[in-house]
Amino acid sequence: MATFGTFCLLIGLALAAYNLLAGAVALSVLAAGPALDARPNLFQTLLGRIGARISPERLADTARRAGIAGFWAVTGAAFALVWSVFNNDFSITYILEHSNRALPVAYKFAALWSGQEGSLLLWAWLLATYGFVLRLRHKTDVKLYAYAGTILAGVQVFFLTVLVWAAPPFSLWQGAVPEDGRGLNPLLQYPEMVIHPPMLYLGYVGFSVPFAFALGALTMRYPGEKWIRITRTWTMVTWLFLTCGIFLGMHWAYAVLGWGGYWGWDPVENASFMPWLTGTAFLHSVMMQERKGMMKSWNVWLIFSTFLLTLLGTLLTRAGLVSSVHAFAQSSIGTWFIVFMGIVLAVCIFTYIFQRGHLKTEHHLESLVSRESSFLFNNLVLLSACFLILWGTLYPILSEYVEGSKVTMGAPWYNREAVPIGLFLLFLTGVGPLLPWRATSLKAIKRNFVLPSIALWAAAIVCAIAGAWPWKDGVFDAGNFYALVAFALAAAVLTAIVAEFLRGASVISRQTRRNLFSALWLLTRRNTRRYGGYLVHIGVVIVVVGLAGSAFNRNVESELGLHGRMSVGPYTLEQVGATQDSNLNYNSEYAMLDVYKNGQRQFQMTPEKRFYLASGQPQTMVAIHSIPEWDLYVVYEGTNPSTGQPIIKAFLNPLVGWIWIGLAVIVLGTFVALAPSLAPATAVLRVPAARAAIAQPALKGGD
Amino acid sequence: MRRVRAFRFWTRAVEVSALAVAICFSMGASDASARFNDLGHRMMCTCGCAQMLGECNHVGCPESGRMRVELTGAIASGESDQQILDGFAAKYGATVLAAPTTRGFDLVAWIAPFAVFAAALLGTILLIRRWGGLGGGAEAVAAADAAILDPQERERVERIRRETSVEGGI
Repeated sequence: MATFGTFCLLIGLALAAYNLLAGAVALSVLAAGPALDARPNLFQTLLGRIGARISPERLADTARRAGIAGFWAVTGAAFALVWSVFNNDFSITYILEHSNRALPVAYKFAALWSGQEGSLLLWAWLLATYGFVLRLRHKTDVKLYAYAGTILAGVQVFFLTVLVWAAPPFSLWQGAVPEDGRGLNPLLQYPEMVIHPPMLYLGYVGFSVPFAFALGALTMRYPGEKWIRITRTWTMVTWLFLTCGIFLGMHWAYAVLGWGGYWGWDPVENASFMPWLTGTAFLHSVMMQERKGMMKSWNVWLIFSTFLLTLLGTLLTRAGLVSSVHAFAQSSIGTWFIVFMGIVLAVCIFTYIFQRGHLKTEHHLESLVSRESSFLFNNLVLLSACFLILWGTLYPILSEYVEGSKVTMGAPWYNREAVPIGLFLLFLTGVGPLLPWRATSLKAIKRNFVLPSIALWAAAIVCAIAGAWPWKDGVFDAGNFYALVAFALAAAVLTAIVAEFLRGASVISRQTRRNLFSALWLLTRRNTRRYGGYLVHIGVVIVVVGLAGSAFNRNVESELGLHGRMSVGPYTLEQVGATQDSNLNYNSEYAMLDVYKNGQRQFQMTPEKRFYLASGQPQTMVAIHSIPEWDLYVVYEGTNPSTGQPIIKAFLNPLVGWIWIGLAVIVLGTFVALAPSLAPATAVLRVPAARAAIAQPALKGGD
Repeated sequence: MRRVRAFRFWTRAVEVSALAVAICFSMGASDASARFNDLGHRMMCTCGCAQMLGECNHVGCPESGRMRVELTGAIASGESDQQILDGFAAKYGATVLAAPTTRGFDLVAWIAPFAVFAAALLGTILLIRRWGGLGGGAEAVAAADAAILDPQERERVERIRRETSVEGGI
């Protein structure tokens, strides 16, 4: 299988190279067009001669077909690696180091991305898959898709080159082949780890597609808003994958690492967050280009930056440039990535300089207080946040260079720097939808902001009374202060968005005599993009509320003998026994804890400690009881060697469940935004015939 | 005159707010347990777990127990927060601090993000005001662009639009 896999990679590389070269030649000939007959230079003459033997259209089609064949070749290589994992082929070094015979089936798949070589192969395969879908859909716009396909082939050439020379996944183990492998990293043996990396990679790799379209459109001086319309679905799906990937990673960190948190500002986490920020900025600013023909250069550079940040993230996590707890996929391929990023950046700058005349804006902003301005400020804040995280991630390197010693950029730095910017972004989330396009009057502003302002102050007062007061015993608590501001802003934003829904629905309800829910449904279907976007904003607000809850986290640690008790918040935990279990993969110890509230037994929790046999590493399995109010989070830390008694750490983490609920709303909102809107004509038909005449005015307009 | 008065009012309001926020954020913990908690969350455990000293107390950690004892001792001996942090940094290296100091080059770490944000914010506001000063832009700019655009170029763009009359994505 190793030979087959390597052969597939080589074939894939050859096909991608052909796709790149043939595509570039064909598109150059097509772009040169009649100019070849006038005063051709040497390069054009050469292209012309190639083109004379085979028409450029035909050549471009062979390039496209090579890209499709390349997908099958890379799929063959991925299949070979998965097959080798399932058949315990420990003659392959990668399999030996990342799997073992007793590894459960689901985690055998996870072995594919648990190491450097496998994760790069996954990247290449996903890129090939995206390319495959793109090339099959080429009839949508043959020329633009040909450009995009050729650019994707260029990216694929890089990844396959790395796989063939720098990080070969099928290299053979030198010497006698061991009977069993070293096993998968215990941290990765968790259900989320089967989903989280592929999701994240789908997001990372997916941004290659809008990047390819943007670069292709710029190269061929394609009308700006058209490539955006074509790539909108790609971008949103990619953004959704990246969002889900990030949240799944948070949940994994929360449930596996056992420190009671979900985000540690680790460089690897930051690496996934940066392209998300620029991608989110892009999703907002493209609306300006679609509606107003503005920010064309900005959008092109946003998507270029997003793609470059996905590469930078990969570089950071693999090249060992910055220290990270995610040490399971590091190697020395950094130079390859730096060179490739340099090439990509050079191509982007070169193309932009030569084609920037094509990106002239059609309108300018007219007022500081308008929807357009809010989009601009939204972009500003998102990019500032991205810069902040990039700065925090790279500053230790800069510090080492300047001062000769590294520094730590931990949570205190990020919390103090990022939280105010995040709150400002939350504020804009609420303000943006309230502002009309072009310009607005002071009267309109007052009218739109009354309800949210009331909600803001009401929430602030209620939260302060409920305990979120920033002063404790005369000492100012910044965490509480930020949480209070976050709750107040969340209430205001939620009120603003809900008011928007209700305003539209009440008009439809009045004019069509539908009930409010039916009117809401029609309103959303009529403009899925707008109201799907609002749903996403509601999801973000819910997530922020969940994040703000962390200011009130409590924890307690205790050594518990049999029937020993400890209390956290309203709960009392009693140790009622301990037990052990074992299977071929690991041995485990459980502590059985009865949980009491108000003297009544509520449920039992069984935090666990595992010892994986193949790797010899311990792993915590946290017990979590989640309700909307808080999570009771219990960790079995091990036994005290001197007393033999279990040590239990219990956390009471308020509102954590809201984060995952918020994600569900974001996913729902994105699906709604992806669904096609009900055309006004169809919408009218859905209204009962007797009411159609009066229904029509309500179904016009909108964003 | 009214504008000047309004400007003064808002300037004063911003100054007072900034002062209030600065006072709030500069207020530190006073009693020993609060100081221990505060300082424990301003330093990292050096065992390589990448956790705060105040949070890393996992069983078998070779470092955190000893460091916490040192921290308790330093607080009991009456050292100031800054002296304690300096002492730990001298003993374990600068990476023991969870955030850079606010002295020397490290000050750049704190200032740069806000400086960039403020500069970008100011630049954006000035840009919008300038565009607004151009006369509301839309029609004037469109007319200007129409004059600038090469007719052949415009015809080419229109042709591409016609040839690729597609609205959707995948």
